[in-house]
Amino acid sequence: MSNTVTEQIEAEAPPTTQRMNMIQAINSAMDVVMARDPDVIVMGEDVGYFGGVFRATAGLQAKYGKTRVFDTPITEIGIIGVAIGMGAYGLRPVPEIQFADYIYPALDQLVSEAARLRYRSAGEFTAPITVRSPYGGGIFGGQTHSQSPEGIFTHVSGIKTVIPATPYDAKGLLIAAIEDNDPVLFLEPKRIYNGPFNGHWDKPAENWSKHPAGEVPTGHYTVPLGTANIVRGGEAITILCYGTMVHVVERAVADMGVDAEILDLRTLIPLDIKAIEASVKKTGRCMIVHEATRTAGFGAELSALVTERCFYHLEAPVERVTGFDTPYPHSLEWAYFPGPVRIAEALKKIMKD
Amino acid sequence: MASEHPRANLPPLSLHVPEPKFRPGDAVDFVGVDVPPAGSAPRPDTAEAPRAMTDLAYTLVRVLDDNGQAVGPWNPRLSPDQARRLLADMVKLRAFDERMFRAQRQGKTSFYMKATGEEAVAVAAAHALHRDDMCFPSYRQQGLLISRGYPLVEMMNQIYSNKGDKLGGKQLPIMYSAKDFGFFSISGNLTTQYPQAVGWAMASAAKGDTRISAVWCGEGSTAEGDFHSACTFAAVYRAPVVMNIVNNQWAISSFSGFAGAEATTFAARAIGYGIAGLRVDGNDALAVYAATQWAAERARTNQGPTLIEHFTYRAEGHSTSDDPGQYRSAGEPTAWPLGDPVARLKDHLIAIGEWDEERHAAQDKATAEEVRAAQREAEKNGILGHGLHQPLDSLFDGVFEEMPWHLAEQRQQMLDEEAASGRPWARK
Repeated sequence: MSNTVTEQIEAEAPPTTQRMNMIQAINSAMDVVMARDPDVIVMGEDVGYFGGVFRATAGLQAKYGKTRVFDTPITEIGIIGVAIGMGAYGLRPVPEIQFADYIYPALDQLVSEAARLRYRSAGEFTAPITVRSPYGGGIFGGQTHSQSPEGIFTHVSGIKTVIPATPYDAKGLLIAAIEDNDPVLFLEPKRIYNGPFNGHWDKPAENWSKHPAGEVPTGHYTVPLGTANIVRGGEAITILCYGTMVHVVERAVADMGVDAEILDLRTLIPLDIKAIEASVKKTGRCMIVHEATRTAGFGAELSALVTERCFYHLEAPVERVTGFDTPYPHSLEWAYFPGPVRIAEALKKIMKD
Repeated sequence: MASEHPRANLPPLSLHVPEPKFRPGDAVDFVGVDVPPAGSAPRPDTAEAPRAMTDLAYTLVRVLDDNGQAVGPWNPRLSPDQARRLLADMVKLRAFDERMFRAQRQGKTSFYMKATGEEAVAVAAAHALHRDDMCFPSYRQQGLLISRGYPLVEMMNQIYSNKGDKLGGKQLPIMYSAKDFGFFSISGNLTTQYPQAVGWAMASAAKGDTRISAVWCGEGSTAEGDFHSACTFAAVYRAPVVMNIVNNQWAISSFSGFAGAEATTFAARAIGYGIAGLRVDGNDALAVYAATQWAAERARTNQGPTLIEHFTYRAEGHSTSDDPGQYRSAGEPTAWPLGDPVARLKDHLIAIGEWDEERHAAQDKATAEEVRAAQREAEKNGILGHGLHQPLDSLFDGVFEEMPWHLAEQRQQMLDEEAASGRPWARK
C-alpha cells in the first residue's frame, strides 16, 4: 500500500474512540470493512431494511445499498451456499445466521463445501466468507436460542472459529475475520451484546459503558486471529474460557480470591497454544469453562492438549465446568448454565491439593 | 388390533412405494414414454414471462426428427461446421469415457464415471454458452471440459492422481477443478453446487458483470434441500443462471420415481418458483444447444433464471463400482425411445449431405488415437496403481491459506514417524 493510500485511509478514519456495546462494535466492523472493500457484502434473514433482529446490521443497507446489504429467504442452506458461490466469484460475503441454533441446515455447505473448497481445488477456488451468528445462553432462550455449537465446527478441518468477549475484541476480530481468506465462523455471545454478564442473573444487569473494552476505535483495526488474551494475570491456576464465560469466570475468581490466570481464547481454531502452555506450565493447574455441552465439546480438546503438553507440570487433574449433556432447558436455565456456584465449587476442588 | 379400533369402518390407508416398470429379465417396452414430434414445441420470446410458458415444462423441445432433419422453431440453425464440431466433441467424450473406464478395470485408477448416452447434455451446452460463463457441474459433465479444450492429459493426470495431477492427488478421480476453463471444483456432496451457482450469478449481477453461470444436477439430486434453496434464491433475485436437471431416469439403483417423476416432470418444478422451465430431448444435441442458448439469452438480458430438464437415459452403470444388471433390465438402453445422441447428430449431418460414414469412421479412428496418445502421455506421470506420486507432506497443503501450528505439528509428526519406520515413502 502506498503512503498516499495509507494516509487517505487514516484521514478518513480519525484516530478516535467511542463507547460501544458489542452490537455497535460489530456494526462498526462491517461498516469499516464495507467502506474499504467494495467486494464485502452482507446478507441474511432480516439483515437488510430492518437492520437485523439484534440490530447488528442497522443502517448498513441505507448506507451501502441493496446490492451490498440484503435480506434473504429463510433458508440457511441457501444463505451459506450462495455466499460460497459469491466467494468463488471473488466477493467477500458476510452472511448472518440469525441464531447459531439454526446453523444446522447449512452444515453440509459449511463442512463439505466452504471448509474444503481450497483443499479440494488446490487453491483454485476459496471461500473467504465470514459467517456471523449469535450464540450461547443466559437469556431464557430455551432449546433453540441458546446453543453453543462451536465444538461441531472446531472438529472440521478448514474452518476457523472465532468468539469475542468484549466490544473491542468483537470489532477487531470481526474485521480480521472478514479480511481473512479462509472461511470463518464468527460466534457472537448474545448474552453480552449489551453488557459483560457476570453470571449473577438475579442482580441488575451491567452495560459496557464502564468496561475498559467498551471503548472502541471508530476506524479500522484488527485483533489477529489465533491470539488469546490474558484477561487477568495470576499464579495459582490457569482458567481457559471464551465468550460470556470470560466475565462469569472473572467475577467468580474475584469473589473467591483465587490468584487465577484467566485466558480468553478468542479464537478456537487456530488456537493460541503457546499462551495456554506458558500459563499452565507456570500455574500447574488448569480449568476449562464453556457453556456448550461437555461430551466431545471443545473443552475435551483443550483438556487433552493441556494434558499432553503440560503433563509433568500439572498438580491436579484438568477440571471442566461446562453445560450439561442435555438440550438447553428453559425454566431450569440457571441450573444448567455454568454459573458462579458451579465455578466456585470446581475451583475449590482443583485448588484443594 | 385393527378390528378393535373405533374407526375400523374406514378403509385402511396404504403406502405407495414407487416401482420401476422393468426389472432384470423383464422385456422392455417404453411405449408409455410420451415423445412429442420434433418441432412441435413453441419457442417463446426470451422476454416472455415464465407463466406464459407453463406448457413447455410438460412437453419435449425436440429439433431432430426421425429422418435426421432439423425442424421447428427451436432449430438453432447451426452452420455445418458448428454441427460437426459439436459431433466431434461428443465423439471425443465417448472415446475418453471408454478409455478411462478400461483404465479403471486395468487397475490404473480407483474409480471412473461415464456419461454414455448423455453426451449431448454437457457438450451442446458448452457450445451454446460463452467461454467465460462459469459452470457448476456435477460429476457427469466432463463434456464441458472436453468441449472447452481442457487438455485430455490433464484430465487423465487427475484420474490417475499422478505427479502431474493439478489437484495434488487430493481428490477422487473425475472430481476435476479448472477455474481457467470456467469449470467449478466438483464436490462429492450432491447438489451443493446449485446454490453456489446461484450465488456466483448473483455476484456477477451485483457487480454489473455480463457473465452468467450454469449448473447441473441429476434428477435424483433434485430431492436435496439445496435444490429448493437454490431455486428460491434464483427466483427471488432473478439470478442470471441456467439451471440444468439431467433426468437420466436413474439415481444409482433408484429410478426417477423416487425423485418424484411419477407425479410430474422435473421441468415443472420451475413453475412453482416462477422460473421459466423447459423440458428438452436430452439426446438431441441441437435441442440442448437451442434451449441453452435461449436460457442464456434470458439470463444475459436480466430476464432471470431458467430451469431445463434434459430428458435422457443413463446408458451404462452409475460408476465403475456399479452393476446396473442388478436392478434394471438389460434391454433398457437399446429400447430407449430417444436413441443415441451421437448417432442422431451424425445421421442428421449425413442426411443434409454434410457428413458421411467414411469421414465418421476416420474421425472415430483419429479420436481414438488422440485419446490413446493422451493416455500414454499421462501415464508417463504415473498411475494410481503404482502408489503415491505426491510428496507426503503435501497432504497438509491448502487446508488453510497459511498452515496453523497444529497442522505443522501433525505434518512433522508424520514425517518423523515415516523416517523412523525405516520404510519412508519414495517420492516418485
